[in-house]
Amino acid sequence: MNTSNVIRLASMRSGFSQTGILAELSQAEMTEAEDRGARSAELDEMSAHLVAVAQEQDREAFSALFRHFAPRLKSYFRRYGEDDGRTDEVMQETFAAIWTKAHQFDPSRASASTWIYTIARNQRIDAFRRERRPQFDPNDPAFVPENVPDGEDSVTYRERAEHLSEAMAELSDKQREVLRLAFFEDQPHEAIARRLGLPIGTVKSRIRLAYGHLRTRLSPTAGGLL
Amino acid sequence: MTIKHHIADDLVLAYASGELDEATSLLVATHMSLCPQCRQALELAESIGGSLIEEEAEAEIADGELEAIFSRIENTKESATPAPVPERARRGSYVLPQPLRDYADGDVDGLRWRSLGGGVRHLPIDTGASRAKARLLYIPAGSKVPDHGHRGLELTLVLAGSFYDEGAWFRRGDVEEADATVEHQPVAGPEEACICLAVTDAPLRFRSLIPRLAQPFLGI
Ligand SMILES: [Zn+2]
Repeated sequence: MNTSNVIRLASMRSGFSQTGILAELSQAEMTEAEDRGARSAELDEMSAHLVAVAQEQDREAFSALFRHFAPRLKSYFRRYGEDDGRTDEVMQETFAAIWTKAHQFDPSRASASTWIYTIARNQRIDAFRRERRPQFDPNDPAFVPENVPDGEDSVTYRERAEHLSEAMAELSDKQREVLRLAFFEDQPHEAIARRLGLPIGTVKSRIRLAYGHLRTRLSPTAGGLL
Repeated sequence: MTIKHHIADDLVLAYASGELDEATSLLVATHMSLCPQCRQALELAESIGGSLIEEEAEAEIADGELEAIFSRIENTKESATPAPVPERARRGSYVLPQPLRDYADGDVDGLRWRSLGGGVRHLPIDTGASRAKARLLYIPAGSKVPDHGHRGLELTLVLAGSFYDEGAWFRRGDVEEADATVEHQPVAGPEEACICLAVTDAPLRFRSLIPRLAQPFLGI
């Protein structure tokens, strides 16, 4: 296991207290770990805000969520090429849905950004597309629930999500750009190549490297999470 | 019930990103309803979406947008209280899980099948503007699934009984995937009639979303 894996593991296991192994790391590595700690703290803060909205209809918390997510979601919605009026409308619908559905957020299963992403995605499909996106219903009698494993071995979804976000942070900017285009806009490789002014082979290899990296970092043999 | 044949990663990602057409989404969601493993893959795929949202550029937000949202919330008067959770009294008693049961307008015993000859029946499912077409198939025990050409990707989800194809058995929850180049003729198992959801001409373009060799990074 290399040093950066040790940091990652240590910061996963010990939360934000940087003791033990971390104390022995070089200054540069410490800074890296602190950056991750800061990201992680921000994630926790956003989750806490969502819970406060659900439990206390807390407007301050909602405003903090708005300040953090509204500018990012606006960029996301703008990817779909609708006019400003419709983009603003779907923004409002998304935040209204965040308010009314906050009780469905389970901080042990998802990060705030992931949960808000799914709300935004669904609102976008309702607003911009003619087709529906059918979803399963956990309350359906035919629904097959997961076998809850013994606590010791189960990695919480929160931890998996944090792990993923660390793996994402390790991608190069160029790899992330093609990943973003492939994920958010479902652009075929040819369209991504045209848009970025790159040969198609380069686009393919960047996507392959990006997914390959995520797969390696998240696979069971890498001490991963699935 | 042990599901052996799952939804491929690229379809999970396309479903997570909201880019999958309605008919294919119906099959994916119905499989997810039966498959905790694919639901876990979906959660991970959605967390890629969450990470990418965190990295989006911060667009300018006009003054007053937050106030507009607050007044909208007040006007709709929907409170953030949970809806009552329906009882699970009939767990396991439906052949068609949601969301398929809603699309079929009921469970299997009330379906208005149309005959295709030889005891085989089908029921087209309305999935709006979706280019891919969804239908339920009823194949009597031991019978062959009728020839059905398709240009794109074909996905078949077993809901009752079983079928055998290309050296493998497919049972409740299993998904078989075949592209236009596969010439196959599934045969229903001898124990009971096989009921499945078939989606034909699902867009092949998702095959290129993620290169095959990068799979299966979601662990399937
Ligand atoms: Zn599955």
